[in-house]
Amino acid sequence: MTRRRTTMFGALAGAAVAAVLPAGAHAQETIKIGLLATLEGPFAAGGQDGMRGAELAVKARGGMVAGKKIEIIKASSDAKPDVAVNATRKLVEQDKVHIMVGPLSGSEGIAVKDYSKSQPNITFINGSSGAQATTLVNPSTNFFRFNTEGAQWMVGLGDYALNTKNYKKMALIAEDYAFPYSQVQGFMAGYCKLGGRVTHKAWVPLGGKDYSSVIAKLPTDVDALLVVLGGSDAVNFLSQYEQSGGDKPMVGGSITVDQTVLNFKGKRRESLLGTPAAGPIADSIDTPEWKKFVADYKANFKDGFPSPSLFAYVYHINMKAALDGLEAVNGDLSGNQEKYRAALKALKLQTPTGEVTLDENRQAIGSTFITEVAKGADGVFYNKVVKTIARVDQRLNLSKEEFDKMGLGSRDVPNCP
Amino acid sequence: MTPMRRWFWVWLFGLPIAALAVWGIVDNERLFFTTALNGLTLAALYFLVASGFTLVFGLLRNVNLAHGSLYLIGAYVGWVVGDSVDSWFLGVAAGFLFAALMGLVLQVSVFRYMHGQDLRQTMATIALSIIAADIALWIWGGQIHTFDPPRWITGSTTLPIIGKFSTYRLILLATAVAIGFGLWWFLARTRVGMMIRAGVDDRAMLAASGINVQMVFAITFAIGAGLAGFAGVVGGTALSISPGEDTRYLLASLVVVIVGGMGSVTGAALGAVLVGVAEQFGLAYAPTYGIVFTFVIMAVVLAFRPQGILGRRA
Amino acid sequence: MSAAQWRKAMNFTATSRNWSGGRPAPSPASPSRAAAASPTANGRHLREYIGVRHIAVLAAVLIYPWIVPPFFAYQIGGQALTLGLIALSLTFLAGYGGMLSLAQMTVAGIAGYVVAILGVSGTPEISLGWPWWLVVVLAIAAGTFAATLIGWLSVRTEGIYTIMITLAIGMAFFYLAQQNYAIFNGFQGFQKVVPPVVLGIDWRDPVPYYYLALFWALAGYFFVKYLIRAPFGIALQGVRDNARRMSALGFSPVAHRVAAYAVAGLIASVGGVLLVWYNGLITPNSAGTSWMINILIVAVLGGMRHPVGPFIGAVVFVLLQNFAIDLIDRERFNLVIGLVFLVIVLFSPDGLLGWWSGLRDWAMRRMTGPRPAARGNDWRSVGVQQARPVGRS
Repeated sequence: MTRRRTTMFGALAGAAVAAVLPAGAHAQETIKIGLLATLEGPFAAGGQDGMRGAELAVKARGGMVAGKKIEIIKASSDAKPDVAVNATRKLVEQDKVHIMVGPLSGSEGIAVKDYSKSQPNITFINGSSGAQATTLVNPSTNFFRFNTEGAQWMVGLGDYALNTKNYKKMALIAEDYAFPYSQVQGFMAGYCKLGGRVTHKAWVPLGGKDYSSVIAKLPTDVDALLVVLGGSDAVNFLSQYEQSGGDKPMVGGSITVDQTVLNFKGKRRESLLGTPAAGPIADSIDTPEWKKFVADYKANFKDGFPSPSLFAYVYHINMKAALDGLEAVNGDLSGNQEKYRAALKALKLQTPTGEVTLDENRQAIGSTFITEVAKGADGVFYNKVVKTIARVDQRLNLSKEEFDKMGLGSRDVPNCP
Repeated sequence: MTPMRRWFWVWLFGLPIAALAVWGIVDNERLFFTTALNGLTLAALYFLVASGFTLVFGLLRNVNLAHGSLYLIGAYVGWVVGDSVDSWFLGVAAGFLFAALMGLVLQVSVFRYMHGQDLRQTMATIALSIIAADIALWIWGGQIHTFDPPRWITGSTTLPIIGKFSTYRLILLATAVAIGFGLWWFLARTRVGMMIRAGVDDRAMLAASGINVQMVFAITFAIGAGLAGFAGVVGGTALSISPGEDTRYLLASLVVVIVGGMGSVTGAALGAVLVGVAEQFGLAYAPTYGIVFTFVIMAVVLAFRPQGILGRRA
Repeated sequence: MSAAQWRKAMNFTATSRNWSGGRPAPSPASPSRAAAASPTANGRHLREYIGVRHIAVLAAVLIYPWIVPPFFAYQIGGQALTLGLIALSLTFLAGYGGMLSLAQMTVAGIAGYVVAILGVSGTPEISLGWPWWLVVVLAIAAGTFAATLIGWLSVRTEGIYTIMITLAIGMAFFYLAQQNYAIFNGFQGFQKVVPPVVLGIDWRDPVPYYYLALFWALAGYFFVKYLIRAPFGIALQGVRDNARRMSALGFSPVAHRVAAYAVAGLIASVGGVLLVWYNGLITPNSAGTSWMINILIVAVLGGMRHPVGPFIGAVVFVLLQNFAIDLIDRERFNLVIGLVFLVIVLFSPDGLLGWWSGLRDWAMRRMTGPRPAARGNDWRSVGVQQARPVGRS
């Protein structure tokens, strides 16, 4: 009886293992690209859109590069670094992909970058993770990021807020984790240097939706509020702010002034007009490349958002970079992909928002758009581009000494009370 | 507990709290009273959620860890109904009814067969909460949903010292007081309430006196679940709904009910006030570690007075 | 008094806790099983005690990494053994001690954090960079100490209350780790926490890591198996079954329970060190609500009546986690795991082991003819303490 049980178990296990072992040698004519995004949990909608953006890049090339077929293998995580590494490991070691594109969130990105060091023969390209530390601290020679990160997205907004809008003193409300730290650093690096002052910093615990205490503590002598919250949290904040009688204007972070905020139905809706923000994209960029990108997105994905989200755009340019690099080496991934990586490093990527090149840590140098909320002809609010800052690098356009002295963004860095 | 020991505890906790309160008022009057009122209104929301939880535990001895999911599902259903017929009040009613129905179904089809096996029931509720959370994520996705209540509800009222304060939160406070009173009246003055109280005291005797115990259980679970759904719509209007809210309100209910005493609605009110006020003061005066404080309170109460402040040792 | 004398005094037969669990004393037709189940120091019984199935399974796990690709050895085998070890601590505490503690993952997390903070990591501003052997010893000590503290806080609670207080403690630790940047590095946690290179072997490589995890999993398994038959373990099970009677006999229930927490904490700490080495990182979410519940699911899935249960549960869990995306939408993994958990709780509360033993009973009954069924699938037979008030239903 016991022997039968053991052999039965062994047979079942063997069958299970055989069923999932990779099937033989893959054809030389297919290049496998692994695609990792967050498809579970609260970021699921963003992850889905990211996958759409990546697929759009593949479709634009007809699914082929240099005569070889591109095969996309998808994996999912739930914004947790250990799950992301497990999913990446499965793609790389089990499904044997040649190139990895992903992940989505900042802390996942750092974990995948660390994993990439143990797989020197595979090329890893970022998805949309935007943590500064991924390429500034212990960078990996086979991890490439063709999108600008959270701090770069705010460069130039400090100058605009101080000199164009005349906000000399501000108070900060942001969530207490890495991404807002980098956004605040991007803003304050310029703002403080030019003489602005952030007199009060309110770091709200992650996931907290009750801003009543934070609002009660806001000083009344500031000119504006720097609100670095996600769009829906920003709506919550605005309603609660309005209900407690607040009336200061706002400066938004990259994910703050999105569709949910623009559709805000509160009494102070009109006061939203003129709210500046900054980011790597804007709905209303005027260039033909951007318009073509939006039109392609809408045509291909009837079930997508009305306009491509940040995630769709960023995954798109990273996947485009992977494919452009493949074309540059004519699909030749031999020699441990050395030639491919060299091609990627030298790539001048043409994106819908301009040209992107890489710095010495394989981090993108790209453009940032300063926007303001304006009313369109049909009365609908939208983000109008008022200024374009080209060639923003990861040192926030400061000198190496200045930036190294400041260090990475945190609760107290930078500080100019 | 002898009167002397009771006074000892009152002085031990009361004196530092009074001293801190005096310091707070002197330091920033407006902030102190705003935070206190914020705490009370948050406590109102916690009471609404926790009252259902404690009712279910008191009678059925079922720690329903899917209570947070009932909150969330009630909120989503209320949102859908309110959005499609454009009436927030109908949404509230829909949230209450749907959650009550779900509770009824769960009790009759799942929990009835696990009578007496508390741990197994709890595990089943954990499994159900995981399933419900994923289904909610599947149907409604990850984005935050906000409600659209009538204009006269949102808006501010001007209060002395505090200045402008959210009208909605004041209405929330009033609603919770009304529901609390309603619950008390239901339990103390109606026949069904009497049966429930008798069942909390001695279930065997209740059955022995010829009452259809299963029906009483079903009604109680339905009311408890319905309260969660109602709180979901009402709380979601104040603080919006998103995935993860179910865990948050479940943990809040747990803390409130532990501190106040399992099975006691008055205890739930007291616990809600304590927890709500502590959370808001923590957020205002010590934002970094305020949340840790809430759970430390719960752990300490469980360690030294497991039945809660007003609970009876089961 | 010796274990055997004590058992006789308590009218407690060791056979009711054997592999097929929860059944009344076996019929005279199977004397070998009865003899095998009561351990003595006699070597002859030891030989009967180790069956062919044990040798086969041991051989299978030993040669496993040589016959499967490294991905399977590391991500499936290594991860399952590590999670199984942590879940083993929960099984020991809940199945044999009657205390269902959700804080085992917290203890593992504490040990992992100590490894990251005192050892080498990608955050040199906080990590002290001490030698690995010192760090591991301190991590296990810290985890065990934390578990003892948790035990001391939770010891007077029962059943549901234990779940809640351990959940509260776990949440408090999670928020503390998330909000504190000076020691725990907050939301980011610690990266690049890798096993050391010892004796020329890099223990991060799939096959060495697998054997490391296997060694500690086997150690934990045999340790628990030994302990539950040692006087301490028997006394613990007595405390689980009837604390009042034990107290009347002169045993201290509180001391036994706290000691059980400490032992479980030791096992969980070893698992925690292995886990942080497996992941190469630790964040507050590594010890957050979802992982606390996952460990509970792993333990219940496998079955809490035998120390091999958590390992079986861990294998199933890891397989589902990795291959669900190939079968159904990975997005719905939580739904699948929740449904599986619900089915287990509703129909087979003793987990896969209980289902397996029920299947065997059914098959045996079919083979040996009609006989009153002796099914031990009642939840009560698992011996997890009910929070039942005295004198009331």
